[in-house]
Amino acid sequence: MAIPVVYNLRSVRQRWNSSIVAVLGIAGTVGVFVAMLSLAHGFKATLVASGTTDNALVLRAGANAEMNGAVTLDEVRILQDAPGIARGANGPLVSAEAVMIAPFPLISTGTDANVQIRGVSPTALEVRKTLKIVEGRFLQPGLTELVVGRNVAGTYAGLKMGSEVRFGGATWHVVGVFDAGGSAFDSEVWADAHVLNQVYKRPDNIFQSVTVHLTSPDAMQQFKDKVSADPRMNVDIDREVNYYSKQSQTMTSIITTLGGIVAIIMAIGAVFGALNTMYSAVSERSREIATLRALGFGAGSVVFSFTVEALLISFVGGVVGCLVVLPLNGFTTGAMNWQTFSHLAFAFKITPPLLLQGIIFALVMGLIGGLPPAIRAARRPVAPALRGL
Amino acid sequence: MKYSTLILANLFRKKIRLILTLGSFFVALFLFGMLAAIRGAFNQGVDVAGADRLVVINRVSLISPVPLSYMDKIRQIKGVKYITHMSWFGGVYQDPKNFFPKFAVDVENQRLVYPELLVSDAEWNNFVKDREGAVVGASVAKRFGWKVGDRIPIKGDIFSGNWEFNLDGIYHGKDAQQDESQMWFQWNYLEERAKDQIKGRVGWYTLRVNNPDDSGRIAKEIDEKFANSSYETKTETEKSFATGFVKQLGNIQFLIITIGSVVFFTLLLITGNTMAIAVRERTGELAVLKAVGFSDRFILLFVMAESLVIALIGGGLGIIASKILAAVHNPIPNVLPYFSVPNQALVMGFVLALAVGLISGIIPAIGAMRLRVVDALRRV
Repeated sequence: MAIPVVYNLRSVRQRWNSSIVAVLGIAGTVGVFVAMLSLAHGFKATLVASGTTDNALVLRAGANAEMNGAVTLDEVRILQDAPGIARGANGPLVSAEAVMIAPFPLISTGTDANVQIRGVSPTALEVRKTLKIVEGRFLQPGLTELVVGRNVAGTYAGLKMGSEVRFGGATWHVVGVFDAGGSAFDSEVWADAHVLNQVYKRPDNIFQSVTVHLTSPDAMQQFKDKVSADPRMNVDIDREVNYYSKQSQTMTSIITTLGGIVAIIMAIGAVFGALNTMYSAVSERSREIATLRALGFGAGSVVFSFTVEALLISFVGGVVGCLVVLPLNGFTTGAMNWQTFSHLAFAFKITPPLLLQGIIFALVMGLIGGLPPAIRAARRPVAPALRGL
Repeated sequence: MKYSTLILANLFRKKIRLILTLGSFFVALFLFGMLAAIRGAFNQGVDVAGADRLVVINRVSLISPVPLSYMDKIRQIKGVKYITHMSWFGGVYQDPKNFFPKFAVDVENQRLVYPELLVSDAEWNNFVKDREGAVVGASVAKRFGWKVGDRIPIKGDIFSGNWEFNLDGIYHGKDAQQDESQMWFQWNYLEERAKDQIKGRVGWYTLRVNNPDDSGRIAKEIDEKFANSSYETKTETEKSFATGFVKQLGNIQFLIITIGSVVFFTLLLITGNTMAIAVRERTGELAVLKAVGFSDRFILLFVMAESLVIALIGGGLGIIASKILAAVHNPIPNVLPYFSVPNQALVMGFVLALAVGLISGIIPAIGAMRLRVVDALRRV
């Protein structure tokens, strides 16, 4: 026979101060846990969103980041004729790109941070269909014009729409702002590839990477086979999505490792807190428990009842923890992308599965903290406890 | 102390609670130690930066090279003592996860500019003679189990192709905080194999000046010298260079430290509360002690002693455990090469534990001291 849950509810209320301590401990732990996960999640999501499955990224063989790449103009021409490539009004959708970084002062701290500068071909917007110009216009080939991602203007000083900026020995005009749907491109500054190569005194016929738009995601294999078989080509081909999710690994592992350490240590602390609360609950109520047993409730029901009580406390803690961190959702912060040495803006992303994980984490802590005291309660001999005091 | 038996008996009256309270203190101070280590790991570059060192990079960006011809020109500037150059090599050892920085260095000047990174003369001489030679830091050697004489294959990315180096020496930092995670090899060898890519340029210069107070003037002179050339420079002290780099890592360390600190204080709060409850439960007994003639001051000290003992033992063990763990295991060696709990943090941890012990003890202790025996004994 089960002991009514109302009994537990009332007893939690009765000992409200020690219950609050336990709830706080668990809420804090869950809050940290969810915040860390959402940070890692947000960083990863930003990079992964940068790639689409029907785009392929072509880099020089062995170069594992765009920055290290070198693709020649001859190779670009061969790519343009490769099978599986989608065509637009102005020919094949292939964007040969030059990538640089340049330091700009952060508005928040005033110190320089590296911004990724991407020199693009005129087809760039057609290749990346998710990207929209939201203000001004796209840059004109051959001019020292810039379009900037929507996070750029708010993050770095001097890169607002319409402003003039000097870097790499040229004066540039910001003529447009684009929205790349919260991806890494939103932290980039785009220029014309040829102009960028010229300004940085780099050979005009060498690019860092080539992004191509395929007719469909399935065309990848055909495209890859054909290009790899060509003896004139010395390149690696990967889906854009894979490339960007690989990029997120270093930072994600830093966040999850360091965050994990903090969350685990804290979980142990919270379990201690829950154990303390429940043990003192059990010892305070030894007469009550003995009375329940004497009335005919079995040992099993007592264990169950106390476990429910612990779970109840931890559930409340979990919910409070989730609610506390919920306002963080969408909060934008910045970090260095280890692979490009450039600064990347990204937002905390709190999703329902993350919240669920937080609640489950809370319940697990409640179970670990509640079960031993519950078992102890059930083991108490009835007669001496009733006689006690 | 003649009352120690009494204090001990009181401590052990509820063993589970004792263990849990000790445990909470342990956990809180362990976390404190870890946070100190994380903070130190992020700021390692800033903390070890030489006060007399300047870094000269291409004004365009850190990754743009500067011509080798600048070396002699910079050396001529008054107040420059030594100068060396370094170039970032990139490269992958077996798997991208095994990241550690690899630099092509100037073997003639490297040791003059970085005297705090020690290599034995015998090893260094072998390295200088060996075109394919390499020297690595002690922590990398330990991480991959390398010994002098091993051959290290590196797959190039910035400089393509397969590279192999002979491990000729292992360098050690003068003190524990130095970065022992780098690999150095001869810039001459890089230039020989990648002439078209190098084109007589190096990554950046590091120089030492005779007098750190001159740094500002020297930096300005260097930058003015190369102003309006195709390779303009940006010169700053090693410290501000390192600080800039840390700032770029973004808010990650700030977030972790902030969250961690909140957690730390919550844990202490909870622990303190538990200890206070433990004292309150015993009001009756304390009243008996007073009734048989113990003074108010004795009661105060008696209660305080108990919470102080718990705080010191639990907290002390916690912070020492964090020190030991950080010393034997670095959770992310590829990104944060230096991971250790600094000694100031040890001291600060002890002080914090003591303070919490004191505060959580003093409120119930004062209560106990002021207790009127009659009231307390009447209470059940």
